[in-house]
Amino acid sequence: MKVLVPVKRVVDYNVKIRVKADQSGVETAGVKMSMNPFDEIANEEAIRLKEKGVASEVVAVSLGEQKCQETLRTALAMGADRAIHVVCDAELQPLAVAKCLEAVVEREEPGLVLMGKQAIDDDSNQTGQMLAALLGWAQATFVSKLELAEGKAVCSREVDEGIETIEVKLPAIVTVDLRLNEPRYASLPNIMKAKKKPIDSLTPDELGVDVAPRLVYTQFEEPPKRQAGIRVESVDELVAKLKSEAGVI
Amino acid sequence: MAVLVLGQHDNKALDAATLHGVTAASKLPGPCHLLVAGKDCGAVAEAAAKVQGIEKVIRVEHDAYADPVAEDLAPLLVAMADGYDYLVAASTTFSRNLMPRVAALLDTAQVSDIVEVVSPTTFKRYIYAGNALTTVESKDAKRVITVRTTTFDAAPAEGGSATIETAAAVDPAGLAAFLGREVQSSARPDLGSARVVVSGGRGVGSSENFQIIEKLADSVGAAVGASRAAVDAGYAPNDWQVGQTGKIVAPELYVAVGISGAIQHLAGMKDSKIIVAINKDEEAPIFQVADYGLVGDLFKLVPELTEKLEAAKD
Repeated sequence: MKVLVPVKRVVDYNVKIRVKADQSGVETAGVKMSMNPFDEIANEEAIRLKEKGVASEVVAVSLGEQKCQETLRTALAMGADRAIHVVCDAELQPLAVAKCLEAVVEREEPGLVLMGKQAIDDDSNQTGQMLAALLGWAQATFVSKLELAEGKAVCSREVDEGIETIEVKLPAIVTVDLRLNEPRYASLPNIMKAKKKPIDSLTPDELGVDVAPRLVYTQFEEPPKRQAGIRVESVDELVAKLKSEAGVI
Repeated sequence: MAVLVLGQHDNKALDAATLHGVTAASKLPGPCHLLVAGKDCGAVAEAAAKVQGIEKVIRVEHDAYADPVAEDLAPLLVAMADGYDYLVAASTTFSRNLMPRVAALLDTAQVSDIVEVVSPTTFKRYIYAGNALTTVESKDAKRVITVRTTTFDAAPAEGGSATIETAAAVDPAGLAAFLGREVQSSARPDLGSARVVVSGGRGVGSSENFQIIEKLADSVGAAVGASRAAVDAGYAPNDWQVGQTGKIVAPELYVAVGISGAIQHLAGMKDSKIIVAINKDEEAPIFQVADYGLVGDLFKLVPELTEKLEAAKD
């Protein structure tokens, strides 16, 4: 079974985000970029499936500017077999990404798509569900445990109430949560090997997808700042303040 | 035209989150209808009819809607979408799973987790774990929106008098099946709507030690939360997680114990009215957002605080 792993290039999770002074966006120039952490977990899971002999091939795919190839090289260095880069310099929103991935899935015919549950930049949490809808496939979102059997997958999902278990028919889209696994670091020999692995380039045009944004982000602001309060010296002082000043107990 | 709100429920009662979604929906043009799709969900429909701001409740019964999967519920929403300009849902794991599937089937871009309705076509939402607030205009004719519950008050659950209609179900897709749910049963209030939340972080050190967090919470009738670090370390269950990828809370009082205050955690609690931080590291970023900071050993301070809050009740 072939496994497709979409990976997104995002601002590294450790970077302090700054809004541009003209409110036109978030500063990304000269900022450290990384693979979306949830996508790393998806890629790790796919590689483990291959190591167990369940998956035959792991194909990473990324959409966006030329530098997405760095992200794809990371996926390859972790252990993916080959990569597809959908080259696009324009803004890509979840619905457009889902449509491009739909076209890639139709070409590649994977038995499973493993991807992050959300990207830590736009926090939309949409692409996997949208891809499943467009393909008419089953979806298992926020997955923290994945067991594959003949023609189906049993998935534990992290939901507000606790843990939910569902069974989905394959092929399916599985979006992964943080606790599914701990992604490996790529070793130096594997980083070197990854440089020789193939990356195919495509464009949205070649895939027949109109990627024009449907949402227009008109303004970016710094969020309202919370003022730091005071230090209290003792539990007694804290209890007194909560009672008299804050009035919350 | 009108607004359709997704009624979220367990076939017995309407989820509190839905009421926050109704308030956001009432800021959009057109009458609000509320969908209750379930199995033997008559009591939920009755309760929904009393929610202020709802004109009509649409009840749909099917065995597959007892614990519905997105594959089965999305086609129902799509079938109903013709009569609506807006499909609105309070943001929960249930709606986050379902609504993008609906949006894609309608060829519409979803606006996720809005915190403000600026105009009928323009909304505000956070990106980058709450580090940037964006204004976004939707160019689609039909809009699919999820709503951050902490920034919209709950609509009053009583006082409304909506009509109740029934509608036909859509045959299940047969792609996925619900097998079960492990729910942490607890006498404590729901984390998402509790008046007071006491959360522990990595500094708590072990799941056994988490009992001191739970005791403090119980002394004031609070819900218990945790940072991702504490959840990852196995000190606390995942459904306690507060933060960017966990729950977003905004209680009157949030007590952060042994939590350093990573931006991913702050994203989940910085709209709380009063924040108290207890941490041994006086440089911890949590103190930059705390109204009251107490530097010291949590294993000494938390039991003392518990005892004094218990005493203060009498």
